[in-house]
Amino acid sequence: MATDPYETLGVSRTATQDEIRTAFRKIAKKNHPDLNPGDSAAEDRFKAANAANEILSDADRRAKFDRGEIDAAGQERQAQRPDRQYYRDFAQGSGGARYGAGAGLDPEDLGDIFGEYFSSREPGGSRPRKGADRRYRLEVPFLSAINGATERLTLPTGETVDVRIPAGIEDGQALRLRGKGDPGRNGGPDGDALIEVGVVPHGSFRRVGRNVELDLPVTLAEAVLGGKVPVPTPRGEVNLMIPAGSEAGARLRLRGRGVAESGGTAAGDMFVTLLLVAGPRDGALETALREWQERHADFDPREAVRRSV
Amino acid sequence: MITVAMVLARVPGLDEHRLRLWIAEEWVRPMRQGGEPVFEEIDLARVQLIFDLDRMEVGLAAMPVVLSLLDQLHEHRRQMHRVLAMLEHPAR
Repeated sequence: MATDPYETLGVSRTATQDEIRTAFRKIAKKNHPDLNPGDSAAEDRFKAANAANEILSDADRRAKFDRGEIDAAGQERQAQRPDRQYYRDFAQGSGGARYGAGAGLDPEDLGDIFGEYFSSREPGGSRPRKGADRRYRLEVPFLSAINGATERLTLPTGETVDVRIPAGIEDGQALRLRGKGDPGRNGGPDGDALIEVGVVPHGSFRRVGRNVELDLPVTLAEAVLGGKVPVPTPRGEVNLMIPAGSEAGARLRLRGRGVAESGGTAAGDMFVTLLLVAGPRDGALETALREWQERHADFDPREAVRRSV
Repeated sequence: MITVAMVLARVPGLDEHRLRLWIAEEWVRPMRQGGEPVFEEIDLARVQLIFDLDRMEVGLAAMPVVLSLLDQLHEHRRQMHRVLAMLEHPAR
């Protein structure tokens, strides 16, 4: 597609900025992919015109091109954003019904037409029919998914709904709001709103099934001497007893502090993995550790690892 | 979740004032969460489309006409695809 941008836009080499703008607009109006769904030749022409316009509408780049410093292809690669997705790509999919014109046939009507055509038995037409479902997506904070929550949501129709997020909802799970979809026809029930829930990851907590995991930094003193340390959980802070002589990486359990209980399912647990923090440097501590090293010169913490290799 | 700021970042040249105007006109209809618009990919693509139409000097007055015709075109194309699918598999 490395054709001459002047040729692409159909303008002379001496064209003014106005002439270039007008020429580009003319091609864009005719060939915009969203105005020509299903016509890939139009899309190619639109892309070529866009690339040509990127060069010629910018006095600097145009001068560079004229001097032969950049070519149409090299420039085009820079100018084109390859990830652009056109509206038609969505409008043709099932999600496109969100911006539907509203006056069309629904799938059940089509089914009726074909039902009649192929079997000529279905009476069809004025039969009560359920309205179509509408799909939405809702992002909820991590803690709402763990503890349960109610999120207020305004649908594109302007209607405000309270969506109850059950504790333990998984990323990608859908909630059904009965009767919040398209209106039913001929006395049929309204369709439903299907709300796909996306769970936003948390900075510190991770979820594994019904359990919540947390990496908890502790000081050398807390690990060696043991003691109570405050730990944030999805439902407030609690004190966790660190046993004396705990190793880095030790996993401690806080019962019932994971996903909240809901619908008869017991609450999950929280697992705390200890991370050892050396803390500020301390001469006295270093002296003590040097003595410790001398006393335990034969202790090898890597013995097991070495044997396994 | 696509926020107003993310839409502005993905559509260079678009300013917040115009985007808010398009939402107020209901040319693009994002959901709202906590009072703020949240967009899906289809909404973003529609914003990009309206932006292109705007650059083609489709004015404020003509925009709803163009969008309505486009929506009808897509509606009909969706239906045509369904009809074709049913012709291939009449029993579904």
